[in-house]
Amino acid sequence: MNPKRKKRLQLIIFLVIGFGAAVGLLMYSLSQNINLFHTPSQIAAGEVPQGRTIRAGGLVVEGSVKRDNSGLGVTFEVTDGAANATIFYEGILPDLFREGQGIVAMGQLDANGVLQASEVLAKHDENYMPPEVKEALEQAHKDGKQSMQEAANGGYGTDSETNKAGAY
Amino acid sequence: MLGEAYGGLSSLPEFGQLALIMAMMVAFLQALVPLWGVAANNGVAMTYARPLAAAQALFLLVSVVVLALCFVNDDFSVAYVAANSNTALPTPYKISAVWGAHEGSLLLWVAMLGWWGLAVALFSRSLPLPMLSRVLGIMGLVSFGFILFTLETSNPFERILPSVPREGADLNPLLQDFGLIVHPPTLYMGYVGLSVVFAFAIAALLGGRLDAAWARWSRPWTTAAWVFLTIGIALGSWWAYYELGWGGWWFWDPVENASLMPWLVATALLHSLAVTEKRGLFKSWTVLLAIFAFSLSLLGTFLVRSGVLTSVHAFASDPERGVFVLALLGLVVGGSLLIYALKAPTVASVGRYEWLSRESFLLMNNLLLLVAAFAILLGTLYPLAIDFLGMGKISVGASWFNLMFVPISVVLTLIIGVGAMSRWKQDKANRLTRETWWAAVAALLLGIAAPLVASGELNWSVVMGIGISVWLVAVSLADVWKKCRGQLSRIPSLSLSFNGMILAHIGVAVTVVGVTMVANYSIEESVRMAPGDSYVVDGYRFEFERAGHIEGPNYVSDAAQFVVYDGDDEIAVLRPEKRRYLARNTIMTEAAIDVNLLRDVYVSMGEPLDDGAWGMRIQVKPFMRWVWLGAIFMAVGGVLAMFDKRYRQRKQTADAQEALA
Repeated sequence: MNPKRKKRLQLIIFLVIGFGAAVGLLMYSLSQNINLFHTPSQIAAGEVPQGRTIRAGGLVVEGSVKRDNSGLGVTFEVTDGAANATIFYEGILPDLFREGQGIVAMGQLDANGVLQASEVLAKHDENYMPPEVKEALEQAHKDGKQSMQEAANGGYGTDSETNKAGAY
Repeated sequence: MLGEAYGGLSSLPEFGQLALIMAMMVAFLQALVPLWGVAANNGVAMTYARPLAAAQALFLLVSVVVLALCFVNDDFSVAYVAANSNTALPTPYKISAVWGAHEGSLLLWVAMLGWWGLAVALFSRSLPLPMLSRVLGIMGLVSFGFILFTLETSNPFERILPSVPREGADLNPLLQDFGLIVHPPTLYMGYVGLSVVFAFAIAALLGGRLDAAWARWSRPWTTAAWVFLTIGIALGSWWAYYELGWGGWWFWDPVENASLMPWLVATALLHSLAVTEKRGLFKSWTVLLAIFAFSLSLLGTFLVRSGVLTSVHAFASDPERGVFVLALLGLVVGGSLLIYALKAPTVASVGRYEWLSRESFLLMNNLLLLVAAFAILLGTLYPLAIDFLGMGKISVGASWFNLMFVPISVVLTLIIGVGAMSRWKQDKANRLTRETWWAAVAALLLGIAAPLVASGELNWSVVMGIGISVWLVAVSLADVWKKCRGQLSRIPSLSLSFNGMILAHIGVAVTVVGVTMVANYSIEESVRMAPGDSYVVDGYRFEFERAGHIEGPNYVSDAAQFVVYDGDDEIAVLRPEKRRYLARNTIMTEAAIDVNLLRDVYVSMGEPLDDGAWGMRIQVKPFMRWVWLGAIFMAVGGVLAMFDKRYRQRKQTADAQEALA
């Protein structure tokens, strides 16, 4: 092999190894930083470990929203039609949070099975249903446990410009 | 006549659609005739490039103006107008509603593509005719594809007939805001501007002429697109900050990532072009970057707009659009990479450089920027891939993006200044040390001083952020001092591109300072407050004076009045609002912010609680403005560099080159 080729080969090997290592590291750190979505049914079935950051969501159950008398704590339930999950959040709820609306919360399950949410996301579009919630509803519906026709009514339009995470 | 047939309906929308169809046909000719002219060496055919580009731009302008008129006239027989406007919508928002949703923003996108083509036709007098024909031909081809896409899958002029709605559904209230009038067009100008650079790269590949002249032609266009992107991203961040009511300015949301990726690659491209122009190196790399940058901007506009990034299932709900977008992306990316694979091996870069040289620094800059862009791409697409494979719904947290992005930015900020002052080919470590040691000392001292002054406690991430910013500014100023040989009066006579570069680099430092301070010293409190209550945050006393009611043109709102005191001094009266937009019955938070260069104080209303109390979000954010001020510096720097006189070289030189070629 002539020296020029050898040099080029070394460079290519170096680049391939470097690139591979970089991608490996990226993927590893990625797998440590993802938050899985769980449905209320999964939480009720005890499939979700405590203390791990997850996302969970569903439709806010009518009449379940209870504010603390002082402070900004709020407790509410979400449903996928088959099971309910209780969520506690302290702080200001997003504008579109209301009963019957599809929401997604991020947080950890405590020992009582209550999701201690650090973030509650509801989208700025009344026709919008978070895709996870929509799928959870369909899944529960498919499982034939209860019809959610009334609750899940309405067009599922997506308007991507409003899809900034903050607008959620 | 058509109008009479449908009982007084205006035929204006058909006129707009006709203009769009004409634009598509002209775009087809613009691709066909000049490219054939080059292939057949037919000078007459090549001269058609300019007039065709002008005609296309004109037809697209007519089309956009017509759509705007449909909005202004409240023509709800047009489905897009009915879905995004309302008689009560103020006129400026009616016009901005043109780009308020998918169809109209696509129209604006293709129109801008046409206008960039016109700009190339107008401002490329020095370009040899075959090169110009290729560039405009390629732009015509891209334009044809996307106008076809617009007409086929996303026609903004589509009618709802015969039952025309009486009232429109109104523009999404989030978009009824000044920031959203200017943010999308600016960003699109940037996205689409990269098509010019792309066309230049492909044209140069086709012609087998990747030389310094090509790099010199590409540079101002790249810079122009980059300036638009920079401002567009900053506007988006600023809008999110004040309009979403959260006080966050960057969320690592797919929409934001989609704009940041092309910016990172375009930044790499700017620097790589510098090496190609000055030293004739990195040629095929530069071409590849141009292809990447445009591909990512396509990904940005179309995948985001088509809703795929929200959910892969949006694809299934509208497969025609999704498949068309994928096919177009595949054609543009695949086609250009194919040309690259066929032609790039014939391009040899000549010249050598040592480990310590400006080339090396710029190479490092390129690698870091690309790794950052790649990491963001991975984080953005990973949830889609997992979802697509049916492995569950996941989201990638902001913490991951920060973990990737922050270290890369730190290293980048460290090398920017030294890289810019280092010499081509070979430099000496001694020389660099001799000229910059004092900057390192200053950076260390000021870096340590900053957190002590700000909070009285040592905070290493602040030391780092302020330290690298001081270092970058000091090294840049040392470079200026040296170039003007110690006489500041000589600064204006230094080249515009040098001054622009220094300004843009200082802009990076300004943004880093802002990000560091905001990330470390922001205070955010959510509190329950009733009128008459007051609350102290970071020495500022927020008094909730009273609550009231406001009626706007298409909304009603609950408003609060706060008076903010610093000690005993009244510094601001803030009136946050909670608006309810009537047409869609949507609730919107309008934050109230008092700003100066050193801090923002921010109040937004949460929800009404019992007894007239409200949940209030109160924030104090030091140095918030610096985040965007830095972007303004970068943009102004870019504009200066664009107007450097060497880009306006005389036509004779170009003709001479053409004769030689």
